[in-house]
Amino acid sequence: MLNNGVLSKIVYWFRHMTFWKSVLLVLVVAGLYSTYVRFVYGLGAATNLSDKFPWGIWIGFDVLCGVGLAAGGFVVAGAVYVFHLDYYKPIVRPAVLTAFLGYVLVVFALMFDLGRPWNIWHPLVMWNPHSPMFELAWCVMLYTTVLAFEFSPMVFERFHLHKAAEVVHKMIVPLVILGVMLSSLHQSSLGSLYLVMPEKVYPLWYTGNLPFLFFISAVAVGPAMVIMESFLSSRAFHREIEMPILSKLGKVTAVALAVYLVLRIEDMINYHLFSYLFTFNTEGILFWAEIMIGVVIPITMLVIPRIRNNKRGLYYAALFAVMGFVLNRMNVSVTSLERHYGVAYFPSWMEISVTLMIVAFGFGAFAWAAKNLAVFPESVAANEPARGESFEVVVIEDDAPLRGEPSFGMQAK
Amino acid sequence: MKKQVGILVDTTQCIGCMACEDACADRWGFPHTDVHELSCEKNTVVQQYGQTYVARLCMHCEDPTCASVCPVGAIHKTAAGPVVYDVDKCMGCRYCVQACPFQIPKYQWNKPAPKVTKCDMCYPRQLKGKQPACVEVCPAQARIFGFRDDLIEEAKKRIKNNPGTYIQHIFGTTEVGGTSTIYLAGEDFGKLGFPTNLPKRALPKYTWDIMEKIPDYFVWGSTLMAGFWWLTNRKKKVAEYEEQLKRGNAEPAELEIKEQTSGGNDAE
Repeated sequence: MLNNGVLSKIVYWFRHMTFWKSVLLVLVVAGLYSTYVRFVYGLGAATNLSDKFPWGIWIGFDVLCGVGLAAGGFVVAGAVYVFHLDYYKPIVRPAVLTAFLGYVLVVFALMFDLGRPWNIWHPLVMWNPHSPMFELAWCVMLYTTVLAFEFSPMVFERFHLHKAAEVVHKMIVPLVILGVMLSSLHQSSLGSLYLVMPEKVYPLWYTGNLPFLFFISAVAVGPAMVIMESFLSSRAFHREIEMPILSKLGKVTAVALAVYLVLRIEDMINYHLFSYLFTFNTEGILFWAEIMIGVVIPITMLVIPRIRNNKRGLYYAALFAVMGFVLNRMNVSVTSLERHYGVAYFPSWMEISVTLMIVAFGFGAFAWAAKNLAVFPESVAANEPARGESFEVVVIEDDAPLRGEPSFGMQAK
Repeated sequence: MKKQVGILVDTTQCIGCMACEDACADRWGFPHTDVHELSCEKNTVVQQYGQTYVARLCMHCEDPTCASVCPVGAIHKTAAGPVVYDVDKCMGCRYCVQACPFQIPKYQWNKPAPKVTKCDMCYPRQLKGKQPACVEVCPAQARIFGFRDDLIEEAKKRIKNNPGTYIQHIFGTTEVGGTSTIYLAGEDFGKLGFPTNLPKRALPKYTWDIMEKIPDYFVWGSTLMAGFWWLTNRKKKVAEYEEQLKRGNAEPAELEIKEQTSGGNDAE
């Protein structure tokens, strides 16, 4: 009976093929083939990695970017539950969901990159506190657990297990504090990974500030991701967060990016980087691209109220921040090392296909959750009319224009 | 502290016979090849730079970067000196390959259950009282095995007795906090493929500067966060209370205030 139900759902899924479904299908098929090659013939057969370039996009993008982009979870949860900034309550759930999915996928991606993934649990019992990777392993493990707890009420409510949701809600403050501590530790440790290579990392990216830069840029980009998600999910399923909250979130990103910029300027002075800054080689150009796209442009856009308060404007500001962030992480993990190793690394199609498959899983899982769980405010209101205390719903006077808007092109009208 | 062993490589003595490469391959069960690059099937090689042959092998650093970055402690420096690898602990993150300042650890890229490979100064042979295989077969005494302190003395003596042959530097005495494999050369080490931009400070210290602060940060940070929670919670409660007062829904908390301000305890 259950089989029939699942089967008919699957048949339904394939019969009602859409453009995005077929994209997903192609990515998964390609990804599975690469998975096969990776695990049967080894990393060398599937990737462009070598002794001269041991870390590629599975570390640089899947892990460094994945963890950073999921930072919205601790930023927003911390703001609401530790600092009592209740204004942001409606975005706790999308942020926590993103973070939880992000971390699960990072661990999943790590299984591809680790040469001996069956030993992934070893840091639990084999300790080396000198290694930032050891610290990362513990923090990611603990924080994923914390996120599972923070996320669990959405699932409990779906199955009407209100007692269980209540229990989690009672523990939420210590959980969130733990989450903030663990996040600040491992977000910065991703930067600490590169501290040990002062002779290898290109000077534009080597600084003792690396851990702080990684942390602050994660704080900046976490809210930017929440903004982007709200925009995309409003287009996909007409579920979103109200603009005033998102605009204010945009301010958080702007402030964090400003602090980040100050630190980077400090590095330019302390490490005498001016000669490198105006050498327009690959590194120089990519450095400027990263600073302009990821810092200068988003700050400029976000401090202009007319752009910040406009859905499309805010979305593009967030998009720039995210792209600049990704570029920064790729620069640190790939660009900055190529000169020292004397190789030009570009990921193989199999590396890319695995990454895309994982990203597709992320999109799929988020879409499923946004549809089926009480993630966005109005769906909370529908499922949970009685529990206003745990989740404040901002009631808008006239939400017709907001809901009826099919896309943001309408703004021009 | 127990005296540590090391290998002195005198590049002016090496005749490029490659006997060490073959001995090493036999010791590990690797094939004999003519490729003179370190790889997962070559733990030592001899490379030619003009007239000079330079033997490459693990430097067995005093404070090894590879060991410090390994999250599971699969690499460690033994009390005797050699830096050894334990595949049973390894999870294959390749941080050691990435971090080594001499690019010594290599990886079995084409195996489904890959290992890191590197020279272990024939530690198993040492335990049986034998010399490293490469040292034993060297016909020119270009590699000498012994206590590191003695090797440095020997190197200094050679430099002093033949000032025209050697440059005035023993590679491995100052680089990255010192290494157990040390080199003598007749020309600049930079011209012989050695990294010349290495700091004198051991690389693990660059990370430890940050890592050592973590326990304190965790304790103080959590306390601070809890404090922020308390403060903002209090602020919120007070604001709510004042709101209630304004609306006339609550009694002013006069009693509490009076007790604190008009207490006559001071008179005693």
